[in-house]
Amino acid sequence: MIEDKLIIKGIEFKSRLWVGTGKYKDFEETAKAIEASGADVVTVAVRRVNITDRNSPNLFDYLDPKKYKILPNTAGCYTVEDALRYSRLAREAGVSDLIKLEVIGDEKTLFPDVIGLLKATEILAKEGFMVFPYTNDDPIIAKRLEDAGAAAVMPLGAPIGSGLGIRNPFNIKIILEQAKVPIIVDAGVGTASDATIAMELGCDAVLINTAIAGARDPIMMATAMKNAVIAGRLAYKAGRIVKKLYATASSPFDGMIG
Amino acid sequence: MKIRLNGKECITEAKTISELLEENNIKVEFVAVELNKKILKRTEFDTVKINEGDSVEVVIFVGGG
Repeated sequence: MIEDKLIIKGIEFKSRLWVGTGKYKDFEETAKAIEASGADVVTVAVRRVNITDRNSPNLFDYLDPKKYKILPNTAGCYTVEDALRYSRLAREAGVSDLIKLEVIGDEKTLFPDVIGLLKATEILAKEGFMVFPYTNDDPIIAKRLEDAGAAAVMPLGAPIGSGLGIRNPFNIKIILEQAKVPIIVDAGVGTASDATIAMELGCDAVLINTAIAGARDPIMMATAMKNAVIAGRLAYKAGRIVKKLYATASSPFDGMIG
Repeated sequence: MKIRLNGKECITEAKTISELLEENNIKVEFVAVELNKKILKRTEFDTVKINEGDSVEVVIFVGGG
């Protein structure tokens, strides 16, 4: 098979499945699920060090930051100012210039505040960050984010943690058609077929957290997602057949007995 | 002296950020530090002095999506 690598701003990504590290039962399960997913990019959040329980384990005791590309997020940030603060702290922690930029607009839907997102993307791109903005499935905003210097654009398939799948494949298709940067679906995937659909549309990668961590068997679901992303990518590259209303026989007519 | 560390009031003997981290048994690897809302470079941990009433935030990476 011809090599099909995902390269973003000169950095090579081995996997088109990117995974989150939240909501797992414990760090052991996190590590096992990520291993099973085959992902080489993992998202993390930035939070206060626990100073009351000094023996609490650290995520990186279980996930080797040299083995994975660490993609810190700005989850929980509702203002441009906060998103910038978390991004800069994440970079100063010294593992990555990558930032999964979230400027959240509403607590209930966790939909992005795209106006704030655009402002923050512009500022951080100028500061040399590799910005991965989490955005709505809006083709105009996707283009604006690209113009503002985003390394890739991450439209949602559905609200974070909802598992509703790719609710607007047509918008994702339009985003893909006009994009010059990679498009990575972030949020909304509920099960393997959702990830496949995203990849069949032509997305460059899919980012999944809840659908794996929240599954009855997260490690098995991680394996399912790995295969789903590969299947979707191959189907996209292979080119699907045109949909037709009527049947076309697969077996020859010639040679049928009279 | 009294300072605020991660939002909580605390008494410390530490004079620098490095000493404060050590006093609280926090490994310097992978943390980022803000002193009075200004992000410090890692190279400043040994040199920047802590004063009475300062507010220090120490963050690290945790699981997230």
